[in-house]
Amino acid sequence: MSEGLIGKGVPRIESFEKVTGTARFVGDMDLPGMLHGRMLLSPHAHARIVRIDTSKAESLDGVAAVLVGEELPYRLGLYMVDKPVLASGKVRHHGEVVAAVAAVSEEIAARAADLIEVTYEPLAAVFDPVEAVKPDAPLVHEDLHTYHTIKGVFFPRPHTNIANHARLRKGDVEEGFAAADAIVENEFSLPQVAHVPLETHRTVAHWKRNGAIEIWSSAQSPFAVRNLLSVALGMSHSRIRVVVPHVGGAFGGKAGIHLEPLVSLLSRKAGHRPVKLAATREEEFSTLPCRQGLVARIKTGVTKEGKITAQKIEYLWDAGAYADYGVNIGRAAGYSGAGPYDIDNVWIDSLTIYTNRPFGTAYRGFGHVEFFWAIERQMDMVAREIGMDSCDFRMRNLLRPGSVTITGEEITENTGSVEKCLEAVAAEVGWKERSSLGSGGNGKVRARGIAVLHKAPAMPSNTAISAILKFNEDATVDLMISGVDYGQGTATAFCQMTAEHLRIPMENVHFIWNKDTDRMPYDWQTVASRLTFMGGNAVIRAAEDCVSQLKDMASRALDVPVGDLEIQDGKVFVAREPARSIDYRALVMGYMFPSGNSIGGPVIGRGTCIAEGLTVLDPETGQGLPAANWTFGAHGVEIEIDTATGEIQVLKLASAFDVGRVINEALCRGQVVGGCLQGLGTALLETFIYNDEGCLINNSFTDYKIPTARDIPIETKEIFIETPQLNGPHGARGVAEHPMISIPSAVGNAIADALGVEIMELPLSPERVYLALKRKGNRD
Amino acid sequence: MDSHTIEFEINGKRASLEVVSHRTLLQVLREDLHLSGTKEGCGEGECGACTVLVDGRSVTACLTLAVEVDGCSVRTIEGESEGPDLSPLQEAFVKNHALQCGFCTPGMIMSARALLERNPSPTEDQIKEAIAGNLCRCTGYRPIIQAIREAAARRKDQSAKG
Repeated sequence: MSEGLIGKGVPRIESFEKVTGTARFVGDMDLPGMLHGRMLLSPHAHARIVRIDTSKAESLDGVAAVLVGEELPYRLGLYMVDKPVLASGKVRHHGEVVAAVAAVSEEIAARAADLIEVTYEPLAAVFDPVEAVKPDAPLVHEDLHTYHTIKGVFFPRPHTNIANHARLRKGDVEEGFAAADAIVENEFSLPQVAHVPLETHRTVAHWKRNGAIEIWSSAQSPFAVRNLLSVALGMSHSRIRVVVPHVGGAFGGKAGIHLEPLVSLLSRKAGHRPVKLAATREEEFSTLPCRQGLVARIKTGVTKEGKITAQKIEYLWDAGAYADYGVNIGRAAGYSGAGPYDIDNVWIDSLTIYTNRPFGTAYRGFGHVEFFWAIERQMDMVAREIGMDSCDFRMRNLLRPGSVTITGEEITENTGSVEKCLEAVAAEVGWKERSSLGSGGNGKVRARGIAVLHKAPAMPSNTAISAILKFNEDATVDLMISGVDYGQGTATAFCQMTAEHLRIPMENVHFIWNKDTDRMPYDWQTVASRLTFMGGNAVIRAAEDCVSQLKDMASRALDVPVGDLEIQDGKVFVAREPARSIDYRALVMGYMFPSGNSIGGPVIGRGTCIAEGLTVLDPETGQGLPAANWTFGAHGVEIEIDTATGEIQVLKLASAFDVGRVINEALCRGQVVGGCLQGLGTALLETFIYNDEGCLINNSFTDYKIPTARDIPIETKEIFIETPQLNGPHGARGVAEHPMISIPSAVGNAIADALGVEIMELPLSPERVYLALKRKGNRD
Repeated sequence: MDSHTIEFEINGKRASLEVVSHRTLLQVLREDLHLSGTKEGCGEGECGACTVLVDGRSVTACLTLAVEVDGCSVRTIEGESEGPDLSPLQEAFVKNHALQCGFCTPGMIMSARALLERNPSPTEDQIKEAIAGNLCRCTGYRPIIQAIREAAARRKDQSAKG
């Protein structure tokens, strides 16, 4: 089959709306009678709510509803049902929502929220996962033993702060350490950071008088919002409609469920008027979830020839106050957390730990950015310990066909090649030639670093998606799929695949943008770099379904067997007599013979994809099949460190991924360039800063900086390796999250390689680099 | 509350409005004039999503009071092109894949527009400087810089021909 459109860098299909400012986001919506919501946030990290007096707020003109937690006996959560809609009884983090108001204007709503009087009694708090696992630590959730979770998948430890304990056991690590010539033990950590979508979380909800709810939300996953709300409220799915228009960035922070229940309940209390709530930027930092912090302890045994004999790892995840999504990050680190290495003996304990900090959730990489900071720094340190080049050391230990992963999955020729990725970036940044690196002068030192990565979609073993292709009279086709494109470019990729398989021009494919649970087929969630992979399969199957219907009618119309028919240029034709053909237009609403007799009917194609072959993991050993596919990658970086100030400039960044097959070259590159800069944000700049009381003090763009146009690498190189994924659409795998992973490690490794300072914490800010150099200077 | 009548030009058309003194230009654009292409990303002048042009200079509409534009000419993304047509700058954004989620895009284009009006041949550093106040979390900025370079080159070509 020729594949004219697959791989082509066609511009994204929604470009026009986005460059003209006509793309509609939730914040642009206005409904008749719509009220405005406002949240009141906790000023304490951990405190008992003694009393809430809402009388002054309620008596303010223009206020339609004031809600407090006591009225709302609902608990929410994706994997661990631990989140109240509003704090009730106590607050668990600074910035938690304590009360909410709906009023006729944003100004009145804000004034009313200020008039709510809350009396708190501060409680002892815990801000550090290491402290939180100690027996005498204050408990963040006294009722953990009563929370609903997925039994046999997540393992909370009642009456402690441990929300989940994931275990991985392969081989015997003690035997492995006994066989080692050297043992290297280190502790690494990184702080919580924010996703920073440019559009904050926004929701419009209308709880109608007939009891049905309509929601428009900046969400990644309309069906997950509907499902979780339905479960929490005890309402039928068919009574809840969730619509997702254009979304202004998400990065995992808009997966699961967020403001939707609160805004719905405000609408109910406000006399069934629609309510809009837009999180302020401060709320986006303090109230909506962030990325979890991590403390990682790694012990590696290695022979003097450079073979890793054992790796024992403890991951302590700082989940913050809630872990409804976070428990699955800890679980993913359990089955993926030794990196893409072939190691016979591995032991991982991954603990998701409650603290009194803002809570964490999925963030581009789903734990992998975090634990690869530890794994890939450790690999360089182990190589240094045995005097081996760190690229050679990795090559000696990487997964390759025939290797068995830590959960017992065999790697094949088609799994993808991390070796090729590492080779490519090492060559691109001149890893072996780095001894010839000149100095930049004036105390500036040039350095190179490398790091590898892998990630599979972290999703339940029954994760599913569906697509519908519905022909119009003129043989254009409507594509309906509920995966949300908030910038990744998946919608464009789907249109390319549809056009390719229906053999029609891409402009004849009409992608339906507003994702609507009332009108669109089911998808689980837009997360985990799974949409092109799973959604692509569903779209292709829907197209094949259409083709089979078209050919079936054409076969009867032309009186030839189906097997003799081909399609091209919007026509079905007889393979050996191309002149005998029927235009799709004559078929898509059913075919009419010259006599008037008609057959078939409107063509509607259906395609589905479920994560086949995955298993629940053994609770004691973590063995099983958690991964639908692995995307491997590597980064090589060249930086210049100003030893006088600790500032780092990225001169070159080379990144390679085995994507299986590029579907859209330009958009694929866009994912890499954007994701890499987001990774540099984690590497160099970003961190939550707290005061002693656990209040987040840099919850604004004034104090929390993300990379700007001035912070980009001088040169970047994106390299795509294409080892086809047998069950992927055209052989493709996902690559949305991967660019961000291991960027921090590559930079940290470069600093250590050139200057001999081992920095164990992120970010690699000028201050941290400068102080590390100063300490080394004092020591030497 | 104190209110004032202001008169200004919005995307080439006269407008006369009664505004309360503390209302921002962003509120008036989005809520009173229903020009929702200008986005709010932070409300404190740090992200650039609400960038518009006032008398040709780029400003953050969230930090500009509506009364300040009395007598001025204001341009928003809605004034960048008409109907099915795109401006050369918008076309360069499309062609260079200089957008992903699209939320920062209107403000980014307005900052680029202001730059090209005052400096038709900017260097790469000048482009970076001009958009350093416009945060983008998706694209990594490189395709945006490329789009602005290309739009500048095209303008130069056209003025050379003209």
